[in-house]
Amino acid sequence: MAEIRIKGIRKTFGKVKAVWDVDLTVQDREFVVLLGPSGCGKTTLLRCIAGLEQVDGGRIFIGETDVTDLQVRRRRIAMVFQSYAVFPHMNVFDNIGFGLRMQHLPKPEIEERVQATAELLHIEELLERYPAQLSGGQRQRVAVARAIAVQAEVLLMDEPLSNLDALLRLEMRAELKHLLDELNTTVVYVTHDQVEALSMGDRIAVMKGGKFLQIDSPIKIYDHPTDRFIGSFIGNPPMNFLTARLMDKGAFVQVNETKLPIGPEVADRLRATGKDTIWMGIRSENIDPMDVHAEGTLPAHVLVVEPLGSHNLLTAKIGDAIIKVNDHPDSDIRPDQDIWLRLITEKIRWMDKDTGQAIN
Amino acid sequence: MSKTFLPSRLIGRGFTYLTAILIVLWILIPIYLITVAAFTPREMIYDFPKELVPKVFSTDTMRFFLGAYKVLESFRNSVIVAIISVVLSITIGAPAGYALARYAFRGKDVYSIAILSTRAFPVVILSIPLAVTFIRWGMYDSVFSVALLHVAMALPTTILVTSSVFLGVSRELEEAAMTLGCSHLQAVLRVVLPLSLPGLAASAIFTFVLSWNEVFAATILTLFNRTLPALLIVQIDQSPIAYRFAGGFFILIPAVVFMFFIRKYLFTLWGITLK
Repeated sequence: MAEIRIKGIRKTFGKVKAVWDVDLTVQDREFVVLLGPSGCGKTTLLRCIAGLEQVDGGRIFIGETDVTDLQVRRRRIAMVFQSYAVFPHMNVFDNIGFGLRMQHLPKPEIEERVQATAELLHIEELLERYPAQLSGGQRQRVAVARAIAVQAEVLLMDEPLSNLDALLRLEMRAELKHLLDELNTTVVYVTHDQVEALSMGDRIAVMKGGKFLQIDSPIKIYDHPTDRFIGSFIGNPPMNFLTARLMDKGAFVQVNETKLPIGPEVADRLRATGKDTIWMGIRSENIDPMDVHAEGTLPAHVLVVEPLGSHNLLTAKIGDAIIKVNDHPDSDIRPDQDIWLRLITEKIRWMDKDTGQAIN
Repeated sequence: MSKTFLPSRLIGRGFTYLTAILIVLWILIPIYLITVAAFTPREMIYDFPKELVPKVFSTDTMRFFLGAYKVLESFRNSVIVAIISVVLSITIGAPAGYALARYAFRGKDVYSIAILSTRAFPVVILSIPLAVTFIRWGMYDSVFSVALLHVAMALPTTILVTSSVFLGVSRELEEAAMTLGCSHLQAVLRVVLPLSLPGLAASAIFTFVLSWNEVFAATILTLFNRTLPALLIVQIDQSPIAYRFAGGFFILIPAVVFMFFIRKYLFTLWGITLK
């Protein structure tokens, strides 16, 4: 059992609150991704779990053990670093076997486990080489092999793919996900790449300013962001946000001059906020662009058309607001054209204009 | 494009080589002349013009020098002082350098300036208080006292050099070792130390050469147990010229030999790999 429980963790650097009063429970064998922009405290939190930073407050439990005051090596964790931190003065074999040697395992067992781990990562040909003779991708594999060779109950990963080039990152992402599925360890994975987070995690914890904004499954995070920030941070392109005015006691909303009908259940929720204007969030794939006017559509003006193969990405203007819309790849909508947008009503997310929080 | 730059690049490269050759000659010619003179029979030392390659090889001069009063004994003293200085300055200086490199503590900047400021006082000014202090402690005329003073002189640079060496070893390497089961000390010994060996070697050379050449402190603090430079400095004026050359050669050699063995680490420090 290696459940991680984090209770009220605080960490400050001088006057900066890197992590502030954070609670998180990672289930045994769960894959949790800490996601956020740089400086949000995600790496600091990971280092607190590892014991590389001392916390200023709160407790951390791994399994049943309170590890808050334990040394790094007593925590039964393994870690993959962003810079890989492969030891340059040891060959690949000694790098992977380092943790095993520290456990004073018998030599044949070390050899066996190094060999097995190397095969898992397809680097068994490289065991005699030194890190300087390896490519970035190979070094990355050594770093992962070294961490999983010790078979720790908790695996911590600090942006392990961020130093790889785009193609290699894509390949390694799938391979790493497959590998970690097989290993059945508890994983905490830090990244600022939202695609990585969506594709790999069982759950994503979105961080900003040293706090969690939302902890949910990837699809929930993508589809039901609890905060405007999350919507605008996750997804490519990010969620569109339009200002809507509540009209006729919530019977419909008005965007610029266009009135859009809303369901009675949504109307109740919106009315309950007591606000006149709200944010209306919708993703680009939930908007249908049309070249003729129809009832209940928003007029817009196309600025840019980007053919992306699987679809065309339109950048259009609604009043003063810019909106991104997905269009069919064989559509004949061109720049500088007037179009009408039909929004899929049930995919619209409503957010408070002042706090940015979702209205539920 | 690259072709038009070729002549100027060639000239630049030629200039670099020329400068390097001049510098090397500047250092090697005196060494060569001293070496040749040290192995020339005493009666031939005044011959002129000199042969470029000596025809007669003789250990006569060297034997005369080594047989001279106190020379071997002071040579032994010099070796002992240099070794103690190197060992002590590294064992005291490297941990201090590590602390400067890795930890943020109150007064860190003041500390690093304070380290250097000990070198602001010339030993000449301190000579009488030093001699008096060592006499009071009953440590006057001892090889160990000279070594202590050399350590004090070498420590500031040792601390600052080693701290920059440790800064060059990524902190994540050390942390990786700790996540793999090392205590902090084990992480330093198994990962940081092997990687900083070239830098530490450079720092050791510096201390060795400083101690080997140091005359003033050695002269003040000793009377009978002199180091080689301290012995030579008083004898050289009254000695025959053969003795001077032999002495010069003898004091040169250990530094050259020491450099030769430690050269590998220096090269890696400068980013040159020998294969």
